[in-house]
Amino acid sequence: MSNSERASHAASLAIKDVCAGYGAVQVLRNVSLDVANAQTVALLGTNGNGKSTLMKCIMGMVRPSAGSIIATLDGVDHDLVGMPTEKIVDLGITLVPEGRRLFPRLTVEENLLLGAYRPAARSRIADNLAFCFEAFPRLAERRNQLAGSMSGGEQQMVALARALMTVPKILLIDEPSVGLAPIFVSRTIEKIGELKERYKLTVLMAEQNFNQAIRIADCGHVIVHGHLEFHGRTRAELSDNEMVKKLYLGA
Amino acid sequence: MSNARFATIALLAGVLLIVGAQWIQNDYFFNAAYTVLMYVILSTAWNILGGYTGYVNFGTAGFFALGVYSSIVLWKAFHPPLAVMIVVGTLVAALAGVGLGYLTMRLRGHFFAIATLALAIMLFTFVTNWDYAGGARGAYVIVPREVPFGFARYIRYLFSVMVLLSVASIVVARVVERSRLGRGLAAIRDDELAAECAGVPTLKLKLISTALSGGMMGLAGTTFPFFISFVEPVGAFDLRYAVNAIAMPVIGGMTTWLGPLIGAVLLGTVQQLVQVTISSAWNLLIVGLLLVGFVTMAPEGIMGWVFAWRRRRARRS
Repeated sequence: MSNSERASHAASLAIKDVCAGYGAVQVLRNVSLDVANAQTVALLGTNGNGKSTLMKCIMGMVRPSAGSIIATLDGVDHDLVGMPTEKIVDLGITLVPEGRRLFPRLTVEENLLLGAYRPAARSRIADNLAFCFEAFPRLAERRNQLAGSMSGGEQQMVALARALMTVPKILLIDEPSVGLAPIFVSRTIEKIGELKERYKLTVLMAEQNFNQAIRIADCGHVIVHGHLEFHGRTRAELSDNEMVKKLYLGA
Repeated sequence: MSNARFATIALLAGVLLIVGAQWIQNDYFFNAAYTVLMYVILSTAWNILGGYTGYVNFGTAGFFALGVYSSIVLWKAFHPPLAVMIVVGTLVAALAGVGLGYLTMRLRGHFFAIATLALAIMLFTFVTNWDYAGGARGAYVIVPREVPFGFARYIRYLFSVMVLLSVASIVVARVVERSRLGRGLAAIRDDELAAECAGVPTLKLKLISTALSGGMMGLAGTTFPFFISFVEPVGAFDLRYAVNAIAMPVIGGMTTWLGPLIGAVLLGTVQQLVQVTISSAWNLLIVGLLLVGFVTMAPEGIMGWVFAWRRRRARRS
């Protein structure tokens, strides 16, 4: 399969007035956010502000109490609220979960094969595997190693590759930097940027490492206590903002 | 080895075992072997949910008793052939498995284990108060006078049926283990959230797993009334079924079909020997000691040793 074939889809995400929580605790309050086709949007915020909850809402793992989440894929609108997770993955929306969450007792290759569980991905499994090993040569060397025995940076690569095995159009990435050494953080971020450019993916990335995230983001939102407090349309706008300075740079 | 080839070899081994055993004069052998085979099925069944999928089920006795009691009720009502009771009892228990899966689909870990225990207690209460099935008094089953297929005694016939049912269970477990379904179950066991992210239909797979596991536990119980001829709820719901069904895969190894088989044959045989030489009161104590020993010293079970030995040998050569 050629790269242009992978990239021929238009995909965008429109989140409108989403409220969500766990039991009596409300985590998200009226969150509205757009991810345009082939853009990388950064969702910035420190721990406990609702980044992962928003990711889980999109993936159908947490059901919003109000609001809508619409994915537009090849000109067709899909309402994601109330849809089971496997259907959402089937549409071509995949989450790289926080903390990587590999299957530690399976090999690298088995981890990747599980990424291709959905029917559409299964028929092209050999192509996709070759493609992942091309994108991550290191994983080809280690295909028979147990995923749990790899370093954090390598595990993040497996997690990214596993997500790519589903042939996503929209890629959600929850805190790719968590628990990684600084050198691996910057490499991981570069890799995400590279993959996105190469395959024209639409990316929503939650991250608390502000300086790293804005290296590849087209625009960004700052989330504070479950509410989007600031929308930076460009990188410059984000880094100039007072709130960002206060939250991240200690000014 | 392909699935068809494995099934053929397993069936051949089963038939050989049945034919060979007919030379044994002592009928008590068949009583003991029946019990061991019953545990082979129970622990193989438990392992599909507990070992492959990672959901610990304490309610084995409940599913087993469903198989037992569906046979009793059918026998009282229609006197059907044994094959009919085997199929119906398995389906009833499989249905209960699906029900359990639905009710507990959001539970994990300890919570799931407690729910399974509760299910067994609920079924126990139900059966105890069901007069038609014997209620708390228990039910007698008169074993048919004529023995099918020319076996010398009914227990020899039952033993042969159990051999075939064990073969079937083991073949099913191995097919599951090596299929896409098995890989999906392993993903759920390792990390359910990640499995969902990868597009594994976790709920559907868990329901298949609880149905298969529950159904096979019921299967192990369908012939039981004809084995002991008098069934009362306390015996059918005995805790030792649940304990053994967990201990045997843990001791044998939970990642392959071979583990529960080894665990059941080993532990089941030891229990039978202790029962005739010392006392059946020692059985649970022995299980407890072995369990503590294995969990602390060999958490991967006997198959874990085998794998480690193989890895070492592969590295040396």
